[in-house]
Amino acid sequence: MPTVHDWINNPLGVVDGMFAQSHSSPDWEKKVVEYFKEKLKLNDAHAWVPSLNDVPLHYLKPNSLVKFRCMVQDMFDPEFFMGVYEMNDPTSNSKQVKCGKYKDVTECGVDFNSRNTVTSERQTFYCVPIPGESQWVKESYAGTSQARVVPSTSYVPNRHKRSYEEDDEMDTQSQQMKDVSQGAHSSADSHGNMEPKRQETKAPSQDSSPSHCTSSLDLNFPLPGEKGPACLVKVYENWDSFKLNDMLEVFGILSVDPALSVIADEREASSLLDPTEGMETVEEQRVHSPPASLVPRLHMLHAQPLVHNNPLLPSSALENNGDHLGSVLGELASVRAELLTFFTHVLMGDSLAAEYLILHLISNVYSRRDVLPLGKFTLNLSGCPLSSPYTEHLYNVIQQLVPSSFRLCMSLHNMNNHRMVPRKDYTANRLMSGILQLANNTSLFLDETQLEQGQLDTTGVQNITALGNLISWQKVDYDFNYHQMEFPCNINVLIASEGRSLLPSDCQIHLRPTLNPPNLEEYLSAVQVAQVPSLINKYRIYLSMARALNYTISDEITKAVEEDFVEMRKDDPQSMSAEDLHRLLVVARLLSLSHGQNTLSRDGWMKAKQLEVLRISQTQQQKCLNGNEP
Amino acid sequence: MSSPSSQSRKRDPPTPASEDPLSPPSQRSRAHDTSTELQPMPTSPAMDNSLFSSPMAPRSVLQSEIDASSPLMYGTPSSRVEGTPRSGIRGTPARQRPDLGSVRKAPQVDMHSEPPSGDAAAGSEQGTGAAGQRLVIWGTDVNVGTCKEKFQRFLQHFTDPNSKEDENAGLDLNEPLYMQKLDEISVVGEPVLNVNCSHIQTFDADLYRQLICYPQEVIPTFDMAVNELFFDRFPDSVLEHQIQVRPYSAVKTRNMRALNPEDIDQLITISGMVIRTSQLIPEMQEAFFRCQVCAFNTRVEVDRGRIAEPAVCRNCNTTHSLALVHNRSAFSDKQMIKLQESPEDMPAGQTPHTTVVYAHNDLVDKVQPGDRINITGIYRAAPMRLNPRQSQVKSVYKTHIDAIHFRKTDEKRLHGLDEDGDQKLFTKDRVAMLKELAAKPDVYERLSSALAPSIYEHEDIKKGILLQLFGGTRKDFSQTGRGNFRAEINILLCGDPGTSKSQLLQYVFNLVPRGQYTSGKGSSAVGLTAYVMKDPETRQLVLQTGALVLSDNGICCIDEFDKMSDSTRSVLHEVMEQQTLSIAKAGIICQLNARTSVLAAANPVESQWNPKKTTIENIQLPHTLLSRFDLIFLMLDPQDEAYDRRLAHHLVSLYYQSEEQIEEEHLDMAVLKDYIAFARTTVHPRLNEEASQALIEAYVDMRKIGSGRGMVSAYPRQLESLIRLSEAHAKVRFSSKVETIDVEEAKRLHREALKQSATDPRTGFVDISILTTGMSATARKRKEEVAQALKKLIQTKGKTPAMKYQQLFDDLRGQSEAAITKDMFDEALRALADEDYLTVTGKTVRLL
Repeated sequence: MPTVHDWINNPLGVVDGMFAQSHSSPDWEKKVVEYFKEKLKLNDAHAWVPSLNDVPLHYLKPNSLVKFRCMVQDMFDPEFFMGVYEMNDPTSNSKQVKCGKYKDVTECGVDFNSRNTVTSERQTFYCVPIPGESQWVKESYAGTSQARVVPSTSYVPNRHKRSYEEDDEMDTQSQQMKDVSQGAHSSADSHGNMEPKRQETKAPSQDSSPSHCTSSLDLNFPLPGEKGPACLVKVYENWDSFKLNDMLEVFGILSVDPALSVIADEREASSLLDPTEGMETVEEQRVHSPPASLVPRLHMLHAQPLVHNNPLLPSSALENNGDHLGSVLGELASVRAELLTFFTHVLMGDSLAAEYLILHLISNVYSRRDVLPLGKFTLNLSGCPLSSPYTEHLYNVIQQLVPSSFRLCMSLHNMNNHRMVPRKDYTANRLMSGILQLANNTSLFLDETQLEQGQLDTTGVQNITALGNLISWQKVDYDFNYHQMEFPCNINVLIASEGRSLLPSDCQIHLRPTLNPPNLEEYLSAVQVAQVPSLINKYRIYLSMARALNYTISDEITKAVEEDFVEMRKDDPQSMSAEDLHRLLVVARLLSLSHGQNTLSRDGWMKAKQLEVLRISQTQQQKCLNGNEP
Repeated sequence: MSSPSSQSRKRDPPTPASEDPLSPPSQRSRAHDTSTELQPMPTSPAMDNSLFSSPMAPRSVLQSEIDASSPLMYGTPSSRVEGTPRSGIRGTPARQRPDLGSVRKAPQVDMHSEPPSGDAAAGSEQGTGAAGQRLVIWGTDVNVGTCKEKFQRFLQHFTDPNSKEDENAGLDLNEPLYMQKLDEISVVGEPVLNVNCSHIQTFDADLYRQLICYPQEVIPTFDMAVNELFFDRFPDSVLEHQIQVRPYSAVKTRNMRALNPEDIDQLITISGMVIRTSQLIPEMQEAFFRCQVCAFNTRVEVDRGRIAEPAVCRNCNTTHSLALVHNRSAFSDKQMIKLQESPEDMPAGQTPHTTVVYAHNDLVDKVQPGDRINITGIYRAAPMRLNPRQSQVKSVYKTHIDAIHFRKTDEKRLHGLDEDGDQKLFTKDRVAMLKELAAKPDVYERLSSALAPSIYEHEDIKKGILLQLFGGTRKDFSQTGRGNFRAEINILLCGDPGTSKSQLLQYVFNLVPRGQYTSGKGSSAVGLTAYVMKDPETRQLVLQTGALVLSDNGICCIDEFDKMSDSTRSVLHEVMEQQTLSIAKAGIICQLNARTSVLAAANPVESQWNPKKTTIENIQLPHTLLSRFDLIFLMLDPQDEAYDRRLAHHLVSLYYQSEEQIEEEHLDMAVLKDYIAFARTTVHPRLNEEASQALIEAYVDMRKIGSGRGMVSAYPRQLESLIRLSEAHAKVRFSSKVETIDVEEAKRLHREALKQSATDPRTGFVDISILTTGMSATARKRKEEVAQALKKLIQTKGKTPAMKYQQLFDDLRGQSEAAITKDMFDEALRALADEDYLTVTGKTVRLL
């Protein structure tokens, strides 16, 4: 058993072994990477690798193989290191060639004058857990993990099982996670059960790391109130292929060498002595070499870009999983109908709004034509009841369904004080994150009902502009002080507002409640509880799936659409502008996808048109109503 | 002067015997970097070999006069290399070059007191290969004598007849360039010689290679060579210190991202932007100790920031009697500069890299944060020590660049046109491809359709924007008192909301290298121009430039032009005609260049364009501003079936185009970018005879149209517009001459734009005065008539000194057959008041 998992428990041994065997040949590095890739490909092997996301750092064995599901938050400067170095062994007085790859620190007695030294280059990424990742995603991922983790300090193979069980909270937690994924309990139920226990698990881990990091170290999470480990990922090859805000699953060697932290402690002393230390400011030091106990180093062996972070779907590209797709498609129609009813209930009986909410949740920027992002579908849900719990409940529902989301209360205070756009901090030489630094396909829920009258200051205006840019062009201009840099993004923005939103949107729909429950809160929680977890899981799969489907349009339909457009213009040119056609095409696309069709049919087109007509009339009615009111 | 103990410590020889100095440079440099940089004692191998230590001589520090008179100080082993040192060199102190590496003193004493060490001899034996007498610096393939000779030959003979560098202005290009520079040094007395590496490369490729690979050894050799040459020519010249050679623009210029371990210890040139500079760091080079007991002096060199305080006085053998004397220690200036990759070099989706640069001595404070610079220097790497007391090290190197030469790339932008800074380098293939494209007869149409393909039709608008991208030819009439003649074309788009104006603006903004995008609603006058703010760190007042200045030589896209406040708009007056921006605030008075083309978009006041009104009435912009636009286009919904069909087709295909087609278009955008950049930098068309005739005719024709109806239909401004447009069109064709076809197209486009924007809705005629005076001729005529009618009315009332305003208005309305609005009545009153016929006070009208 231990031999099987040598590559997990002692990957450096494997690397060193391979290095000793064949470091003279130039491609030993490739071989190492290949070896680990092969190992990970074996059936479910990656499930055996413990994940930094759900195992507290102090339970992990240093220098073992771990995985980390994360987003690239910042990219530091490349660094040069000793790829190969020679070591003087004082005891035997012999020289030994050593490999420095995947390590932070060399062994004692490095011979600096050796001719065998090879300088190599690597890149450091600052990675944070995926911002806004829903709790159910975390739990589900943790539940599928088969890694056995024990506190590394008391690692005794014989007592393996017992210590695992003794670790009560760990056990129950993962047990429950499994339950969730299997759908044994209702989600709300298990949610309720877990709450106190999760508190327990959190408490010790907070003691150990995040608590004193918050005081001394800003881990630079994009969203306020996020938790989890941040990681310095050392990338050894192809670092150009990674982009900022990419979601990755990194497999790498965990390095928490306490020697790394020594730097921080002895900084003051050494800076006096060593001029090379003087080139970095204190802030920079703190950011670039934080104590390894808080920000572990991860030496990347293999990284898998994540198309989505939905644990219920296979992580690889969806096209390859035809059978899986087929099974889901079979019951797609029923799932969709169920979801529609669910949303209709949540939206207090407005089925049209529910329909649009589905379309919004599966929208996705699938392409960009020069500056124009195609496929975005920002929805403005106006007419939300002002009582704040409603929007909160609505968000909770969405959070339960999408893998990552964030609710931004657009209160005056928030708008004036939050940093939305990431900004480069040149003193610390890092990118200070902002709320808008989000991974692809994150649902951003803007709660405009929280906005009150008052004055926006400069920051507020900038934030509103940034939100506007995000919605119109799906890009965020990061502030680099001397210039701005544009980063394209793909964020689903849903604006909940009372009247028409002050932000631009692709589509506005006014909520028309047909039900009027006396106690809104009770009603909403009842609606939520009524959903069986297995069904909720189906919704989750459905939403992620529909978004990723391919979509084409035949020439025939193109013709028909053109004809139709000309006809509509003939009747009333004012009612149908180019903009309207743009929107109609997106609606048609999303509608087809939501029904699992990957091509537009004539029927689908007609339905889309009807939907739009209905929506416009509803909004217009609302306008008239408002016009008459005063 | 130096204590033997410190000297002997330094002379610990790393194992040079094992080195083969003639091995290929790449391999050598690898071994070299580790040997020189990683050893705890950064002693250059060259130092240990006193036979070849000559290049280090200029680095020696001369402090006291006693030392200066000693021949030992000029440790050139001149007897071996050349004749005796010149008195000129002798009289001029050398200055250390910390930029070339850790500071060391040449072991002059050793040269006489000790025989060459065995290692050194071995090294020399290695060096003398087949060539017999060829001695090389240890660790390199550089032979000091040959290298010096070559460089002197280069200085004496290199000419660059095609030089375009402005530093060479005033020099005779057919004479040896650098000899003239030496002359300059003798006159000016600034002992720095900047040498363009590409010159060396064209002159002697091998020397260039050596310079790039072994700058630490070669540059001191150059120093020595140039000093010998200089003092040979100007023996009486007095310089502050010996001349230092500063090579720049190593041809291997690369961006920061391309730096890799191979470049360590090589001479590199990279470009970037300064983001931070540290304060000045006085770095001790040499500590001066004096014995408290016997007053014996000793000097200790700094070894990587540490000074080993001598425990025992060598003279009197007292322990712990030595004290540091600060003001006799030697310090050098040092400054840390953080350099960030320029935004253009960055691949999309990544964050910029930064590099640490150290500036030494007079390069300190040469650059400020925000400057774009090209820096030439030596790339260094040093291992990071985990703990000074442990031998364990972090396996990471700290890298930095020792700056040798700075060159600001944006320096000239404030003063003149920066041609070379912007110039993109095109490969021959690319140029051939572009030229081939230019030769096609329909290149104009091709390019205009490649512009913003996602926006449908509006062919003429796209053509106009295309011409704007190319711009006219810059002319200078300052001699004749007219100042600069605007070459930039300004365009205003107005029209219904939702006609993809903003999208067009976004596209242009993304296409041009120096574009700015602002929205009229969000921008204030200061945001557009420049503002003064106090730097929080330095407490200095700094001028922050706004969008218009930033888009100098580019295009400033202003959306929602109509929503701009009047004060903001007023700054545009100066920018759009004079192309400058004057600022007078907070004690800073200056004029900045803002040679920017303005592409503005405006919505009509009544949300929908009212075809019954003139452009001015629709968008409510002052005519003074409108007349500064060369082309004003209306973007209206044409509302016709064929158009609708094509539009629908366009949109649908936009959404569902296959990947390959999208790829194709992306290629087009890159081609378009290059095409424009190439044309802007290389093509400067001039009018030929026919074209001028055609322009004159066109102008006369335009004037004639109006004169028939008693109004002016063209002003000189329109002629200028025509010229600009013709020139831009010639640029599109890569033609150096503006020909008749260019004028024809300019006329057509201009006419189209006028037809759209300057048509008088009352008469249907094109009336330029709508744009130039804000009122059509017919409107003016009507105003006149109303005033006359009112006057008559008042006269018929006889001698009444005062009348009720409302009554008068009613009377006039009753009398006139045409409907008279209150506005018209007010205007008529005002006109009469101007004639001093009456005055209006409150609600009464008094005759005068």
